[in-house]
Amino acid sequence: MHIVVLIKQVPDTQEVKIDPEKNTIVRAGVESIVNPFDMNATELALQLREQYGGKVTVITMGPPQAAMALKETFSMGVDRVILLQDRGFAASDTLATSYVLAQGIKRLEADGEKVDLVICGKQAVDGDTAQTGPGVACRLSFDQITYVTQVDKIDLDARTIVARRRLAKGVQVVQAQLPALLTVEKDINEPRYATLRGIIASERAKVIEWCAADIKADAEQIGFKGSPTWVKRIFTPPPREGGPKFDGPDAVKKALEVVLDNQHFKEAVFGEEGVCKR
Amino acid sequence: MSDQEWKGVLVFIEVTDGKVQEVGWELLGEAKKLASKINQNVQALIIGHDVEKFAKDAIAYGADVVYVVDDPGYKNYITKTYAKAFVEIVNKHKPDIALIGATNLGRDLSGAIATVLKAGLTADCTGLDIDDQSKKLLSTRPTFGGNIMATIFCQKGKPQMSTVRPKVMKMPEPDPKRQGQVIKESVPVDPKDLTVKILEYIPDSCLESVEIEHAKILVAGGRGCNTPAGLDKLKELAKLIGGELCGSRPLVESGAITADRQVGQTGKTVVPRVYIAVGISGAIQHLVGMQNSDCIIAINSDPNAPIFKVATVSIVGSWQAIVPAMIEELKKRMGRQ
Ligand SMILES: Cc1cc2nc3c(=O)[nH]c(=O)nc-3n(C[C@H](O)[C@H](O)[C@H](O)COP(=O)(O)OP(=O)(O)OC[C@H]3O[C@@H](n4cnc5c(N)ncnc54)[C@H](O)[C@@H]3O)c2cc1C
Ligand SMILES: Nc1ncnc2c1ncn2[C@@H]1O[C@H](COP(=O)(O)O)[C@@H](O)[C@H]1O
Repeated sequence: MHIVVLIKQVPDTQEVKIDPEKNTIVRAGVESIVNPFDMNATELALQLREQYGGKVTVITMGPPQAAMALKETFSMGVDRVILLQDRGFAASDTLATSYVLAQGIKRLEADGEKVDLVICGKQAVDGDTAQTGPGVACRLSFDQITYVTQVDKIDLDARTIVARRRLAKGVQVVQAQLPALLTVEKDINEPRYATLRGIIASERAKVIEWCAADIKADAEQIGFKGSPTWVKRIFTPPPREGGPKFDGPDAVKKALEVVLDNQHFKEAVFGEEGVCKR
Repeated sequence: MSDQEWKGVLVFIEVTDGKVQEVGWELLGEAKKLASKINQNVQALIIGHDVEKFAKDAIAYGADVVYVVDDPGYKNYITKTYAKAFVEIVNKHKPDIALIGATNLGRDLSGAIATVLKAGLTADCTGLDIDDQSKKLLSTRPTFGGNIMATIFCQKGKPQMSTVRPKVMKMPEPDPKRQGQVIKESVPVDPKDLTVKILEYIPDSCLESVEIEHAKILVAGGRGCNTPAGLDKLKELAKLIGGELCGSRPLVESGAITADRQVGQTGKTVVPRVYIAVGISGAIQHLVGMQNSDCIIAINSDPNAPIFKVATVSIVGSWQAIVPAMIEELKKRMGRQ
């Protein structure tokens, strides 16, 4: 079975700040990590390889330094890593990104490496769109199963996969046809740590690099040209005004004076709509 | 095709388990505001089986036209079939803007639709507006974990698509006397698209299942009170004031609460009337999920905890000292009410 994992290198979101003068994002000094959900995607691929055999290819579209993220997954034990890198890819939104990733997968298939399963994270923590996976599935005409919390069974003869997906009020067990694309939830597994051997091997790992021409990417569909959405403005949200702070022995009593005077609290706790259920 | 041909603000009305997801109504309210700014109408799209009955509600909540795709083939949500129906309606009626609730289903669906239509899609918006000059849709959303807000517009492609999380837009008052048009559309399901089969649905058991996003009062615990005794106290407080228990991510990670009770970036966005945060530091990833609550009461032993910056009322102290005293004091007051 050939599994492709799509990973994204993201800045550690807690650290990202805005430059108040230039109104640009300050990334200097901010560490890059593999998108946490994509670590779960990689772990799932490795577990499935252990169970059903085959190989795992990890692909990312990103700047040259995204090779670091690929190496991190290599040290976990994946078989091959590919960087889709081209200046023309810069400024791609999810529509353009899903195009580039789908073209990369098509190149693999054209090379005779048929893909059975594509695994993505549920979302990337820098953008949080959760759109890239469904976009790739749609472009490849693969079945998609989003929000996967467990893979029950893969039947390589019948070419089916059974997985559980998280919905608002329950879990759905679905069967899809292979090739399929999954997006995975955080609680599907615990990503393994790299072994020392893995880390050493990753130092020497060959990162395959494909540019736009290598994946026959149409210039109209990548980067700025291929991205219908555009960022007009970025800003730091105005901070909410904090209220009074109480400390010391009488804090609770004093705080409750204010709380019990608060219209929202009164209505919710004592009013009709928040019927007090004791 | 010229862009001028695209007219109207379309809202997808999601029906799951035979019920309309409220975010659809919330979006109709928002669509009405946007539509009036560009002199266009409000359209609703309902896809499913036995869903025509919801068309009148859509009109009451603000739709001028309702497209209904009602067919047994749409009983269950399958990405391919729903996306095809959606795309067909969009290509036929050409709405300028399309809004979808950012539920699990809505996010699953919108990525596929936008790809087929080559439309711009902005996910999880918290604010929508129309640009005065270009008359384009401006979608504002948190990015980089909520540290930064971005306003995004579609420089090309139609419709201009956005998804919006439940509870972000205000629920409009329905007007049962409103008039509107219902148009039944037939989009037969292609059996070739039925490769995904739903084998089973396991609802969360009643005990665990809770939709904290609908609770009026929430009592939230953090790592600072993540002990059995601490959680018991929070449950007691929640019961006293008729609230639900929820919490920060460490509580979910430690197994103290289930994932559907997690508030924040990777959990749920909640906007209750009252949010009581106990032992929560107030990391940005938590704040983005709760900072729009009407009344926030924060209890934390660290006087510099960031949660205090968003709190309506702050109490510095340990939960061991504050929560029991609060319960006692509240009991007294409630007896008097
Ligand atoms: C990509 C990403 C996504 C994330 N998503 C989420 C999310 O959705 N939701 C979420 O909540 N977090 C999320 N986090 C984690 C987040 O960054 C914080 O780590 C987390 O919110 C901290 O939880 P906490 O406030 O409970 O714990 P801490 O930050 O450890 O705070 C504990 C607080 O308790 C106080 N305290 C200690 N003892 C007492 C006592 N006896 N009485 C009263 N107070 C006491 C301390 O002063 C401290 O302020 C995410 C992180 C990342 C990187
Ligand atoms: N540039 C990229 N390269 C590879 N995979 C990506 C990229 N961007 C997004 N993905 C995949 O798509 C998922 C969802 O990302 P997003 O749509 O940005 O929230 C991620 O978890 C990755 O699996």
